[in-house]
Amino acid sequence: MTMSLSMNDEKPETGIKLTEQQLRVRRARSIAIAVSLGVLVILFYIVTLVKGPGVLNRPL
Amino acid sequence: MSVTLSRAEPSIAGVGDYVALLKPRVMSLVVFTAFVGLLIAPGHLHPVIAFTALLCIAVGAGAAGALNMWYDADIDARMTRTEERPIPAGRVAPGEALAFGVTLAVFAVVVLGLLVNVVAAALLALTIAFYVFVYTMWLKRSTPQNIVIGGAAGALPPVIGWAAATGGIAIEPVLLFLIIFFWTPPHFWALSLYRTEDYARAGVPMLPVVAGEAETRRQILLYTLVLAPLGAAPWFLGYTGPLYGAVAVAAGAVIVALALRVRGERNGHAASKRMFAFSILYLFLLFATLLVDRVAGGLSGHFAA
Repeated sequence: MTMSLSMNDEKPETGIKLTEQQLRVRRARSIAIAVSLGVLVILFYIVTLVKGPGVLNRPL
Repeated sequence: MSVTLSRAEPSIAGVGDYVALLKPRVMSLVVFTAFVGLLIAPGHLHPVIAFTALLCIAVGAGAAGALNMWYDADIDARMTRTEERPIPAGRVAPGEALAFGVTLAVFAVVVLGLLVNVVAAALLALTIAFYVFVYTMWLKRSTPQNIVIGGAAGALPPVIGWAAATGGIAIEPVLLFLIIFFWTPPHFWALSLYRTEDYARAGVPMLPVVAGEAETRRQILLYTLVLAPLGAAPWFLGYTGPLYGAVAVAAGAVIVALALRVRGERNGHAASKRMFAFSILYLFLLFATLLVDRVAGGLSGHFAA
């Protein structure tokens, strides 16, 4: 087998080409993950305000 | 020479498929019973902390549901009732469901422990572990007592709610645990009576598959005869007012009457279907009345003071 690639040769396209549906559901999943993480951040922020700065420093 | 790399197909799972993995209907019952456990507990819990506790319990229950669907995908594919679930339908890969379930379970327990208290977090971890390891992986495929023992996982949420509010456990949440524990077998056996072929095809040893319809009908009646007085026990023992007592006694009489009809049924499954439908209403009525009793009691106490 011989392999010769010059600078001008076009590289074959690699990777997976997503369909319209796959792109759509991936975007929806990404938004759902972002919203979940946002809710978690806000929750920790509010609970920290409610419980005071010693939120992690308490007896078991 | 050509090398073909096999790649995993890109996921086609939508957000709705991941929501379905959480078993939202089961989750709603879990959240409701946990809410009742939390609200009837003595003392005052800040609404934000109460919300956090319920959110963690809901996510933990959902995680257990996802892990159950991951492990039981082979069974689900053989049953009419479950063949359209995301994994057997091919919309979610098993590995995705496993990762989703484990991630949510860890998050739910850790957040509950950090933001609410460690006792509630430990109980949530126990509930998830019991449902996944004891019920799903062990009992479900090996014994007709699967839902009897496994029902403990579904009965724990009000205890977690109480623990979230108080940091401990008392007789009242244990009574709620016992009510759900004894409610679970007649509820599921009534369903399994008219889904026997489904369970048999999937190889799940539900009671009607293993012991036959007559024995299942007898067991439904026996458990219901224990359930009805247990349902009224919070009133007998003086934890609730007469409103709860009246509802629990009346609903208990109805469910026993339905169980007697199931016992006497020879042809068809009309009585079993009615029993299954009413059992859901029964549990809802009891817990909703507990809430009303608590709120009304709290209000009357407030005005009396």
